[in-house]
Amino acid sequence: MITSAPYQFSELAQFHVHRLQFMNEQSELTQALPAFATDETLLELYRLMCFTRSGDEKAVNLQRTGQCGTYPASTGQEAISTGIGHAMADSDVFCPYYRDQGTLLQRGVRWEDIYTYWGGDEAGNLIPEAVNTHDFPVSVPIASQFQYAAGIAFAMAYRGESNAVVATGGEGSTSEGDFHEALNLAGTHQLPLVVVINNNQWAISVPRDSQTSSQTIAQKGIAAGVDCLQVDGNDVIAVREAVALALEKARSKGGPTLIEALSYRLCDHTTADDFSRYADEAHLKAAKEHEPIARMRRYLTEHHQWNDDKENALLSDLNSHVQEAAQTYLNRSKPKIDDMFNHMYAHLPKELEEQRELAKEGY
Amino acid sequence: MTAITLIQAINQAMAYALKHDPDTLVFGEDVGHNGGVFRATDTLQERFGKERVVDTPLAESMIAGMAIGMASYGLKPIAEFQFMGFIYPAFNQIVSHAARLRNRTRGRLHCPLVFRAPYGGGIHAPEHHSESTEALFAHIPGLRVVIPSTPARAYGLLLAAWQDPDPVLFLEPKRIYRALKQEVPDDGKALPLDKAFLVREGKDLTLISWGACMQETLQAAQSLSQQGVESDVIDLASISPIDMETILNSVTKTGRCMIVHEAARQGGVGADIAARLAEEALCYLRAPVVRVTGYDTTMPYMALEKQYMPSVQRILKHAQTVMEFA
Repeated sequence: MITSAPYQFSELAQFHVHRLQFMNEQSELTQALPAFATDETLLELYRLMCFTRSGDEKAVNLQRTGQCGTYPASTGQEAISTGIGHAMADSDVFCPYYRDQGTLLQRGVRWEDIYTYWGGDEAGNLIPEAVNTHDFPVSVPIASQFQYAAGIAFAMAYRGESNAVVATGGEGSTSEGDFHEALNLAGTHQLPLVVVINNNQWAISVPRDSQTSSQTIAQKGIAAGVDCLQVDGNDVIAVREAVALALEKARSKGGPTLIEALSYRLCDHTTADDFSRYADEAHLKAAKEHEPIARMRRYLTEHHQWNDDKENALLSDLNSHVQEAAQTYLNRSKPKIDDMFNHMYAHLPKELEEQRELAKEGY
Repeated sequence: MTAITLIQAINQAMAYALKHDPDTLVFGEDVGHNGGVFRATDTLQERFGKERVVDTPLAESMIAGMAIGMASYGLKPIAEFQFMGFIYPAFNQIVSHAARLRNRTRGRLHCPLVFRAPYGGGIHAPEHHSESTEALFAHIPGLRVVIPSTPARAYGLLLAAWQDPDPVLFLEPKRIYRALKQEVPDDGKALPLDKAFLVREGKDLTLISWGACMQETLQAAQSLSQQGVESDVIDLASISPIDMETILNSVTKTGRCMIVHEAARQGGVGADIAARLAEEALCYLRAPVVRVTGYDTTMPYMALEKQYMPSVQRILKHAQTVMEFA
């Protein structure tokens, strides 16, 4: 510390980082549940997390059998995406990264859309049943989504609307300049933006400790003048409530929030990755103990007469949904050469019209 | 009507846009109270308010991303990068999102925005302030790149860029910001995008250029005319897409073509035009297509910038070779 030098330093400011949790690793409540957490809602959140996992498993299976492209599953992180989606209103806008399946399913994106996209067809981003047509497709280039999310929030503020934007990323994305630039803009203009970071401990093979020496990811908001919070990302109730609080604040002109949700990636980065090359078995085993679905199931079993029969009925129902979505995806007509050209511009330049015809003729 | 400079025409176009469309916003570094470092946005904040003419934090990627988000949500952003030499942090946003949002959502979302940036050398600016890297952007499908060369075209093309439903990179030749004056009626009339301008007609040679280099190109055409060589001079204006129809109409007539640009030669826009002529007009060519360009060196700092940029003398030297080719 340079303040150990023999001078008088005056303290200018103090900062605090807080954490929110309602249900711990043993499925015990650490405080009274928030108002939204009725029996019915908890069951619904559980169902959504299981739906996310079922659909992910199907996507990986499709990829392994040559019927889908590289796919990023969200195993072990379902509480984060599910909590975000449940907290958002239709009028809010979502700017996802690529591990938000649980949110997408609540934004009108169907599994067949997700399979279509990762199956290699941009038509998967059409989202015919979108709850908000302004929702962005997944951002593949890391952290770039925070910038246009801030732009949408800027537009909402300019128009005097009372909605907000949610953007997501992994902890690796918080090393990018775009993350800091977007937070800085959001702080400067007190924009209605909520950034949720899924700190799943891995950026492909690089562990969290090699990513930053920042004690928390949440505190990265402080420098930008952005309210920040860490939540237990395996506690869907905490994620849902934290995002709801942040959205409520954003919608009532209270400014942006950065939420770090702690989780653990219990899967390969994508189907093109091999977790076993770099993950420590013991860590993985410990992380499995904390995973969100098992945690909620234990709670429901202890407090809501959840049992194997109910569990099996639920999984079988979700599975048939997912099977049906996969079949719809597989039955979809494949994109045509026209699709490659037709949406490049509102008015296709002559040159591209010519190239389209040449492409069709095999040149 | 008073004659105005190219930068005043740009200011006039933005004022027109702000006046006629409440969804239009102008933003960037120093564009507010200061009116931009070149005064392109002079008095706009005063006239249209701080909500619509906004000084942003100093972050180019953010400026681009901000514009993309706003445009996707229905606003009409006109964003300024202070110098083209500082646009590179925004490259990812421009290439990965602005240029492909329409395509990757199959038309569900789109990005009607204008990115403005002063570009080019010749004003004795510090290092990194004088580049002409339009070819980097011309290579990006989904993006339009437009460069005006007169006050009237600056006004008409900027309005066209503003009205276009797709992202447009509007590069401003800062060397001639104040070099020319023209009467430019503030009538809101846009010029067509995707069209080159045939600005001088002749039967012997086609000269193609854009931006500030149009000055040297036109002077060279004048000198050549005194020597009995009459040139078609084309202001390309739309760097992407390229209006090959206008070029082919001219070159099939003259059989000789020179392309003049300030940017480095390798991978420059001139290379693309030359390749297209080889593909589509080979039998009409009576001489090799020649490029008079910046050298394939880093854009030099001001002591050597004059030697780097195509001069009238260099154009004439090359023209002699082209005209003498049997």
